[in-house]
Formats: sequence, C-alpha cells, structure tokens
Amino acid sequence: MTQAVRVLEHQLLVYRRTWRGGLFTTFLAPVMFLLAMGLGLGTFVDQSASGGMGGVPYLVFLAPGLLVSQAMQTAAGEAMYPIMSAITWNRTFQAMISTPIAAANVVAGMSLWMVVRLAIVSVAFVIVMVIFGATDVLRGIAMLPVSILTGLAFALPIMAFTVTRRGDSSVPAINRFIITPLFIFSGVFFPVTELPVFLQPIAYATPLWNGVSLARGIAVGGIDAPLAIANMAVLVGYCALGLMVALRTFPRRLVQ
Amino acid sequence: MLPVSTQSSESLVLARGLTKRFGTSTAVDGIDFEVAPGESFGFLGPNGAGKTTTMRMVGCVSPVSDGTLRVLGMDPATDGPRIRSRLGVVPQQDSLDMELTVEENLIIYGRYFDLPYREARKRAKELLDFVQLTERARDQVEPLSGGMKRRLVIARGLINQPELMLLDEPTTGLDPQARHLLWDRLYRLKQQGVSLILTTHYMDEAEQLCDRLVVMDHAQIVAEGSPRGLIERYATREVLELRLRQDDLADLGDRLDGLADRVEHLPDRLLLYTADGDAAAVAVHERGLRPEQVLVRRSTLEDVFLRLTGRTLVE
Repeated sequence: MTQAVRVLEHQLLVYRRTWRGGLFTTFLAPVMFLLAMGLGLGTFVDQSASGGMGGVPYLVFLAPGLLVSQAMQTAAGEAMYPIMSAITWNRTFQAMISTPIAAANVVAGMSLWMVVRLAIVSVAFVIVMVIFGATDVLRGIAMLPVSILTGLAFALPIMAFTVTRRGDSSVPAINRFIITPLFIFSGVFFPVTELPVFLQPIAYATPLWNGVSLARGIAVGGIDAPLAIANMAVLVGYCALGLMVALRTFPRRLVQ
Repeated sequence: MLPVSTQSSESLVLARGLTKRFGTSTAVDGIDFEVAPGESFGFLGPNGAGKTTTMRMVGCVSPVSDGTLRVLGMDPATDGPRIRSRLGVVPQQDSLDMELTVEENLIIYGRYFDLPYREARKRAKELLDFVQLTERARDQVEPLSGGMKRRLVIARGLINQPELMLLDEPTTGLDPQARHLLWDRLYRLKQQGVSLILTTHYMDEAEQLCDRLVVMDHAQIVAEGSPRGLIERYATREVLELRLRQDDLADLGDRLDGLADRVEHLPDRLLLYTADGDAAAVAVHERGLRPEQVLVRRSTLEDVFLRLTGRTLVE
C-alpha cells in the first residue's frame, strides 16, 4: 500500500504542475454544456406539450448525465495518453519499477490517482450544477461516488488496454468508437427507451448508462432499489474486470 | 553523502549458466560471471549481444529463464524489491518525467525508496551539485541537453546511496565533451568505492572505466579479463593501419607475408598486428607498396573484438 501511495504522490506532484491547463475542461466545459443544452435546449423541451422530461425540468434530467459523462471522458483521457506516455515515450513506469516499487504497485497507485482525479472533476461539476440550480447540495454530494465509480469503470479497463499498446494508433479509436457514441446514446440527452429496440440492450450493458441511471435516480428522486443495485453491480463489475486485466497487462509489459 | 561501498567480501553479483529466452529466441545463453565489491565490471559487445537483457535480469526487472543469479547475495526471483532498494539504475533510455523539474525528478524518485521528503530534498541538492546541474534545479527536464539528462539520470540512480550501480550504455549518443564529463563523474564514484556494472559498445569507455570486462557476442561471453589483459592476449602491442589504392589491393599477392603476426582485411583498410608498427610500415614501403594512408596506433579492445568475432564492433 505504501508503494501505491508513492505512485499516487508522483501523480499529484505532476498534477500540481499541470492542473491549470485542465481548468477549462474541469470547470468551463460543464458551464458551457449546462448553459447550452440544459438552459438553451431545455427551454424548448420544457415548453413542449409534455412539459420537460416526464415532468422533470430538462436541466435536472440532463445534468446528472453530463456529470457522469464528464467522469467517463476524464477517465478515458487519463487512461490513454498519460499511460501511453509513461509506458512507451517517457518510460516513467520503467523508472518506477527499478526501485522497490513492483508492477502491481504501479497499477494500484495509478488506480488511486484515477479516483483522486475523478473526484476533482466531479466535485467541480457538482459545484457548477448547484450554482445553476440543476440540483441541491445534498443530492449533489450523493452523486459524487456514482460519478467516480462510473469514471473508474472506464479508467481501469482502458488503462489495462493502453499499457499493451506500443504506439498510439488505436487510442483515437477508443474515443471515436466507444466514448463518443456512448456519450450520445447512453441516455444522457434522452431516455434509452427512445433508441431502436435492438440497441437498447447494448446501452444497458454499458458503464455509462448504469452511471447515468444511478445519478439521475438521485437527482430526480425515487430511486428504484433493485435497479440501483443492478447499476452498481455492473459498474463494480467493470472496475473489477479492468483491475484484474491491468494486474496482468502491466507486469507483462514492464517485467519481461 | 555519496554511496557507501559494501563491506561484505562475497560477490555482489554471481551468475551461473544465466539464460534468458524470449519465445524461441535466446537473448542470453548460459553465461557465467561474477562481480566483486568495489569492482567496475563491463559488458562489451555490439547491439543485440544480450548486454541489456543481462542488465535487466541483474536489475530484477526481467525474470531469469534458466541458471542461477544472485545479486547482493539474494535471489531476484524472491527478493526483487529488497535488492532493487540497494541498486542504482541508469537505463539505456533516460525515463525522466518530462512534466517535473530537474529537482522534482530526484525528490520523487527518492520517495520511491521511502526517503522522507526532507532527506530526499537534501540528497537531491547534493547530487545535483555532484553532477553539476545545480543551476538547472528548478528547470523543466525537456530543454536539457542529452548529456545533462544523462547526468540527471545518474544523480537519480544515486539517490538511495546504492552499493551497486547498473549503467546501460551510459554515454551512447553523447558528444565527446559530454562523454568525458560523464566518465569523470563515474570515475569519482568508482573512487568512492561504488561498484559499477556497465554495458557499452565503446572500446574507449570500457578501457576508461572497467577493471574487468567480458566480451559478449551472440548471447554468449566470448572472452573475459582486464582491458589490458585482453589486449595482450588477443591483439599485439601495436597496429599498423593501411589504406591502399584499389590496384595495389588487387595484386597484393604475398607482399604482406611475414610483416605482421596477423592481417585483418576490412572493407576500407588493412590492419597489420605487430609489436612494432613503425618497422612494419617501413617494410611495407620496401616491398613497393604505396599506401594512401598509414597509421600506427596501440591496440584497443576494438581489435580484441575483431579478433574474437571477425567483425567490427561499432556498426
């Protein structure tokens, strides 16, 4: 555990130097999305015959989805280029394992770092949500663990995959074929029930939809316990799978 | 401040039949070697000879396929982290964190060895002084020159005051001035009693830094000894290098016979191994050859390598 904390310390030291560059995505992106989609588009939705999304103002419906989407995008970002750089370009992982740190410690430390990084963006997003009146403070706080867990469900499997790559050619593909479609079709902007029937099961199997479902349950109220447990099980399942694979791919790449 | 040498009289590294296989290819094929405390030991050989793989096994980041390996008296398979805590490693590629400053690179590395921040900071300061990078302490790593980055990696490898330094091609790709500065620092470490194991494909580097070395080729050790001893055993005292005109080269016949102990034909020149190069040069002219260039020099490990493998070392 101490060794994993050392790896986390390293990441925090780097973050201390680089956080300013991430300010835009951390704070301004949520502001812009909530403004444009929540308030702009929301005004039309709320004025429509049905009056909002099932009686809920569109902003309240949308904001939890955007929160967990932001966690997904942050997770993917952190699990792609920074990991690729540390394993292939700068070889900082190789430097770590020349010390008493073992490859499994690197996995544990990077996982801890993902939790911290996701917590930072999630807190920032929730603050913006509260300011915009998209949710209240208590519900906002309750959504934080959901957001972090959803992010991890992406970060860990993607990290496990990235570390097997020797170049970055397949990295943009993850964004193009996984992250972006999920963002659009996982119930963030409209309920998955509006999708063609054959696509719905796919959406239900993705971490993002399960995260959206949980976070929206908290935001809108009326959490359905069996559904919430199923959502959590899926998210924890992705995390566990990602961690297990990472504990194989990291040593295989680093210790050979 | 700098590393203390081990007091133990047993060998720092002991390898018997050490073997590394990657799938069907054998990168290191049953080599034996032993490194004593305080010694500077070198692996000399061309790219692909198995030097780096051997170093990675000694550094406990590559599992041994076969044979025995003991480092600091321990088995890398079971005591990897304990061994690594007492090693200093300078890998072939710098592996610095480009997003941190020079100083931070040292401090965070010290943390991996469980140094308290205060101690890590103190050692970082001393080591930057040692590698002459104090003025760059707060700079980013990226703009540093190749030689400076290399010195920083050496400082990083010293942060835990290791008993044994592993240096994988410490000066490859550096200009002559940077190399000499680096050799000077390594020589000082050696004087302070730090044991060094280094790989190189530079002959002059091996001659400068190694007390003893092995020559590796095709995954095996082909010779072992001190630089001087190897030269005496596998070469002559002097070498006469001749560049001949094409027509002279074409009808050379037996005109060089008896002039030297051994003649090597390289694509661009002839090497005549002899105790007295000047006398051989005179004899060459007496036999009517008119070489375009004549050079008499002392034998080097390059000549040893050529003798042992029939190939030149640096491609």
